[in-house]
Amino acid sequence: MTTTKTKRRYTLWISARRDPGSRWFLGGLGLVSVGVPILNLMVPASSPLHLTSYGLTLIGKYLCYALLALAVDLIWGYCGILSLGHAAFFALGGYAMGMYLMREIGPRGVYGNPILPDFMVFLNWKKLPWFWYGFNHFGFALIMMFLAPGLLGLAFGWFAFRSRVTGVYFSIITQALTWALMLAFFRNDTGFGGNNGFTDFKDILGFNLLSDCVHVVLLVITAVMLGVSYLACRKIVASRAGRVIRAIRDSETRTRFLGYRVESFKLWVFVFSTVLAGIAGALYVPQIGIINPSEFSPLNSIEVVIWVAVGGRGTLYGAVAGAILVNYAKTIFTTSFPNAWYYALGTLFVLVTMFLPRGIIGLIPNRARLRGDSNEQSASE
Amino acid sequence: MRKSPPRVNGWILVVLVCLGSRAPLSAQSPNDANFLTQLGKLRDASYGDKEKIIEDLGASGYPNVRPVLRAMLEDRLYFRNSDQKVFLVKSAAQGDSTSLDLIDPVTLKSAGSASIENLTEIGINNHLRRILETTLARFGLSSPDVSVRLDAVLEIEKSLDDSNVALLRERMAVEKNSKVKKEIATVLALAALNDGSDPKALLNAIATLRGSLNTDVRNRLQGLLDRNPDGSYVESDAQVRAAAAEAVTTINHWRSFYSVIETFIFGLSQGSVLVLIAIGLAITFGVMGVINMAHGELMMLGAYTTYVVQLAMPQHIDGSIFVAIPAAFVVAGLAGVLIERTVIRMLYGRPLETLLATFGISLILQQLVRSIFTALNRSVVTPSWMSGTLQVNDALAITYNRLYTMIFTLMVFGALLAVLKFTRIGLEIRAVAQNRAMAKAMGIRSEWVDAMTFGLGSGIAGVAGVALSQLTNVGPNLGQSYIIDSFLVVVFGGVGNLWGSLVGGMSMGIVDEILEPYAGAVLAKIIVLVALILFIQRRPQGIFPPTGRASENQ
Repeated sequence: MTTTKTKRRYTLWISARRDPGSRWFLGGLGLVSVGVPILNLMVPASSPLHLTSYGLTLIGKYLCYALLALAVDLIWGYCGILSLGHAAFFALGGYAMGMYLMREIGPRGVYGNPILPDFMVFLNWKKLPWFWYGFNHFGFALIMMFLAPGLLGLAFGWFAFRSRVTGVYFSIITQALTWALMLAFFRNDTGFGGNNGFTDFKDILGFNLLSDCVHVVLLVITAVMLGVSYLACRKIVASRAGRVIRAIRDSETRTRFLGYRVESFKLWVFVFSTVLAGIAGALYVPQIGIINPSEFSPLNSIEVVIWVAVGGRGTLYGAVAGAILVNYAKTIFTTSFPNAWYYALGTLFVLVTMFLPRGIIGLIPNRARLRGDSNEQSASE
Repeated sequence: MRKSPPRVNGWILVVLVCLGSRAPLSAQSPNDANFLTQLGKLRDASYGDKEKIIEDLGASGYPNVRPVLRAMLEDRLYFRNSDQKVFLVKSAAQGDSTSLDLIDPVTLKSAGSASIENLTEIGINNHLRRILETTLARFGLSSPDVSVRLDAVLEIEKSLDDSNVALLRERMAVEKNSKVKKEIATVLALAALNDGSDPKALLNAIATLRGSLNTDVRNRLQGLLDRNPDGSYVESDAQVRAAAAEAVTTINHWRSFYSVIETFIFGLSQGSVLVLIAIGLAITFGVMGVINMAHGELMMLGAYTTYVVQLAMPQHIDGSIFVAIPAAFVVAGLAGVLIERTVIRMLYGRPLETLLATFGISLILQQLVRSIFTALNRSVVTPSWMSGTLQVNDALAITYNRLYTMIFTLMVFGALLAVLKFTRIGLEIRAVAQNRAMAKAMGIRSEWVDAMTFGLGSGIAGVAGVALSQLTNVGPNLGQSYIIDSFLVVVFGGVGNLWGSLVGGMSMGIVDEILEPYAGAVLAKIIVLVALILFIQRRPQGIFPPTGRASENQ
């Protein structure tokens, strides 16, 4: 195709720089990855500019959520797949990381068992279940952080898309999926610590997880991952496949009649998105220091969707902005007016869907936005 | 019971007299004063005198003798020091209780309470205890009330001895009711098994017991097949053993048959809750294409309405449910219409947005309830006619609330079908569901129909909430725990298809119930979910896919 040839003259980076949204986003991300280490490590604790460990964790958390929102925006904003179960993939990635961190504790646990994590000793387990093998190697765990959510997404998506489960049906089934996983992980016999999940991590790759320095490194890694994922998502949506994906969003039947294998495109982008969610979860766990089955709760998944809706879907950076804004609001509300948070969140759901179909990004005057595909008005389905 | 046999004979005479000539000794003739005088004598009678009084009471045939003697046996008979009146107390004095709730012996109604220091217990000894037991058994057996007689037989079964067996034999001779007769025969046969020396008697007893479904009976028969440590059988007669083995097999066979039926009924009752929720969803989903995530919270509103109605009429708990059902329908229905008019109306044709907006509403409603009623669970009283169990036989018992839930679901389902089929609004709802544009062209105000449809679906959610309030705790999270299941029912049954919801809900309930003992509740849910996902592979539109024009609107 000739048009794509001309398009390819711009490298990905240049095209991102020409887009004000991307510019703001990547610039902000760079600022965070430089500013946070300085404010936390170099500014003395007495200074008002000093970033506390709490603030550090908070920013890290927001970045992980932003990555998750990015994953959801990719499939919802560009492909029209509304997943109400993306927190499940996030949690799976988190559990994969958590399993590594649990094995890493080794004999320093309360019961001092060099092989079995504390909860297994507590539950009177004699030997490590087979699915825990290999998690003492970081490399293996790293692979699992990609594979666990990815394979589940592949199996689930394959079944769902092949039988043309679309729209709200798909949403309901994904919700049921995360709910079933939540029930399963709440059980002690499943082998993932039941109700309490994993916590009390000691270190990662030998670095102490309690030190701010390690947290700063993790945060920078998260920021870099977020930036790379953002560019990858942009690359995808700008590619030929991305056009097909958007065509599917706008009219699935028409795209199928044009001869595209709709299922394959959907599956492909869905699996990519689940892997992104898994990475977000894997980065989230060492920074927060705990993972438990409530991460699978359907409410979490729906909250992610509202982040994206608030930010403005189909823009990628909008999702990131929405995730950070809503979570910042959540932090403020839950510490200052805990009772009002659900009212606020509920109202946000209603108002955004009714009055801000394009999110806060849609409020920014048209001129400032880049002409071109990433800002096309997103169709409703 | 050293002294009992002669007395027993005398007493049987009295019992027979009671039965033979009901008039002089039946319930009404000895007046309350007489009864009270007898009771009054218990105050300072010696143990020997008490025995006499108990026997007199037993002979009197006065209906309250039974509860009074039972209370005496359970150390719950006191007299008040101030006026020397005799009272029953509700529950025996515990270590730390300081006051006891009194019950009047004549009216059997509550008579206030009294401090434990102002009460003196009417004491009994072991000998009196036995006398009381026998007297109670005899009194119960001669009662004109069939259920009291049955209870008495079952009571005797727990403490079989010669005198009791003799009592039963006597009763057997005159008993007319076949149910009581059968029960007595079973107990007598069990007693014969206990004696167990004469093979012929044993064989007879086994033949009687074959038809029973009681676990006790089965265990006793199984006991005949036991071996001694040296390998020889406890029971020496091979014929008896063979008969016992055959009887055990029969009993097991029937018990497993009934347990299948029980599982089935449990499944149906579980499923009927799902159906009740799903038909409300099916209406809004099927007719308007709206996924109402706040459906669970509308149910919660219905459940809280039940709670408030019960608060408002504490004297009529039994009847409150008949007020609660329409009240819940109206409350939830109005909430539904309000939601439709303010939010959903703006979002037609955008199902995913509707889903999000209604989810937001569900959060608001939950928090609203938390603010008003706190996050604690509220207890809704089950009306007395809904508690208890229907004992079909020894192997099959159904709790009434399950039974009523099932009946209630079918009633609501029938009512909904009737509304859709025979009323004008039903016709309009169906017309709009089939083809909105055409319906509009025919002069149907589709907006109004939408509001009514949503109100109807929400009202049914409220009614489902009333049913749920009888089954689970009423709390802010009530809706969430059922909503995902019921969405699956809707998907399984075929969207917007009421019959599909019925079949889907019932079969999911049954499958759940069948899987649960093997896989556990959680795993059963997961299996059902996976099965559903696989099912959708084969039939993406559910069991009953929409046909005709409606199917093209996907």
